[in-house]
Amino acid sequence: MISANLRRRHLIASLFRWSCIAVTGVAVAILCVLIYQVTTVGMPWLDLQFLDSFPSRFPEKAGIKSALYGTIWLVGLTALFAIPTGVLAAIYLEEYAPNNRFTRFIDINIANLAGVPSIVYGILGLALFVRFFHLERSVVSGALTMSLLILPVIVIASKEAIRAVPQSLRQAAFAVGATRWQVTRAHVLPSAIPGILTGVILALSRAIGETAPLIMIGALTYIAFVPEGPMDEFTALPIQIFNWTARPQQEFHELASAGIIVLLVVLLLMNSVAVYIRFRGSRREK
Amino acid sequence: MSSLSGQRSRFGERILNGLFFSCASISVLTTVVVISILAYETYGFFVEVSIIEFLFGTKWTPLLQPKSYGILPLLSGTLLIVVGSSLVALPVGVAVGVYLSEYASERVRSIVKPVLEVLAGIPTVVYGFFALTFVTPALQAVLSSTHVFNAASAAIVVGIMVLPMVASLCDDALRSVPDSLREGAYSLGATSFEVTVRVVLPAALSGIFAAFVLAISRAIGETMAVTLAAGATPNLTLNPLESIQTMTAYIVQVSLGDTPSGTLTYKTLFAVASVLFTLTLCLNLLANAVMRRYQETYE
Repeated sequence: MISANLRRRHLIASLFRWSCIAVTGVAVAILCVLIYQVTTVGMPWLDLQFLDSFPSRFPEKAGIKSALYGTIWLVGLTALFAIPTGVLAAIYLEEYAPNNRFTRFIDINIANLAGVPSIVYGILGLALFVRFFHLERSVVSGALTMSLLILPVIVIASKEAIRAVPQSLRQAAFAVGATRWQVTRAHVLPSAIPGILTGVILALSRAIGETAPLIMIGALTYIAFVPEGPMDEFTALPIQIFNWTARPQQEFHELASAGIIVLLVVLLLMNSVAVYIRFRGSRREK
Repeated sequence: MSSLSGQRSRFGERILNGLFFSCASISVLTTVVVISILAYETYGFFVEVSIIEFLFGTKWTPLLQPKSYGILPLLSGTLLIVVGSSLVALPVGVAVGVYLSEYASERVRSIVKPVLEVLAGIPTVVYGFFALTFVTPALQAVLSSTHVFNAASAAIVVGIMVLPMVASLCDDALRSVPDSLREGAYSLGATSFEVTVRVVLPAALSGIFAAFVLAISRAIGETMAVTLAAGATPNLTLNPLESIQTMTAYIVQVSLGDTPSGTLTYKTLFAVASVLFTLTLCLNLLANAVMRRYQETYE
């Protein structure tokens, strides 16, 4: 005989299980609604003319040409600044740094920098790059600001990838007389590359989507030209989306939605590449 | 790692060491520069405005006459967003975390986890668009007193935004609880509910706490969704259906205009950013400290 008490307990257990499943289902459903909602109204606007036109007061003539070029410039320069710095910093912290107070301080500091709100980086960029170094509201100001923003992400991901390389690999190389740099370059880095690449791609996709720091350093201007050099003024895709969303007219909301589609497609592509690299990396380890 | 060789390292090695060290030092330098810039400009602000007025004043009108610099309305606006988003993200995040770690099969996990990651990567301006074009009209349909710009819509969307992070961190915390604890409880005849709620959740409490703290910190620093959906009126109110302004939204509002450096308005940016930075830094330090503690417990 199963007692009433036990039956009640089992009932509670299965209720709990099903409510967890239901909540997860609802969460996934909401996220589907989100994707559907932000992309549907923009679909009809998405054509070559939209990609190849400058912003305009007239919705039917407006496009994202300057925003698209601005984003490419921004991400290119950010990658140039942030990837070498971040990876070398990770190499230092994992392979070279002595295990002392200062190293631990750097570690904690990087973990905390990763949690600083992006708008604070914007303030830093405004005061340091735009005003103090007189780089003005240029692509290079934006890229430097973005680099500081994504640096902690790159360092943390690269550190994890480097730490996952088995110690025996290093010891074998040291045993035959390799110097630390030879060990790092010829053995540690090649096996850590998939993990580092994944982290770098995710960090760069964050740089593509960030809006607030760019508004701070003044990228929100009506720009009807394509930047030709790193000192030119610029706008970027998320800034253009923000600009259109903030307007009351329905047509501009539809334009914003079209811009969002472009942004999400780019991010999704980058994410898939990252997932694919990680998948290949994990398969090779087995 | 300690050096395996007794001889002095080569010249080239020392140069590389220096290069790598300077790259790592950039992070420390960033922190130092952020803190000095904020401190310097905030000091300039307090020369002109008393710190008492700033911290306890109930009116924030630096862009209108008569000017007034009490940060409480911005803090109450931020608080509304934090409370609202926590109501959405924390319970749902824990439930999703419990499902992923205790109930879901490996196959489901391998699908849901990357989906969560992709969602965590959606730019915040997209969430702002969603709030303005979907959540606000939906709220207005239910509660007709809802303003076009309101705290509730922004809070819900910020909740959705931090949900993937909370779920993922809770999942990690729950999975770091050793199976022997679960097996011990099952062998005493506990049901899956009792095992989860009375054994696993308490054992993972510090990790879940850290997830909550990080979620709150993210909500405080969230900018684009609240700028687009919550409005630009610094109101000392706790009514989520009214238009408010958060600290981050104020910073954006000022920088959308052209503010010459050196003016008092320019300095308000740094005063508000100092409060924002201090709050999030304290929360992040707390979360990281708690997280290190629980990682030590089970490793």
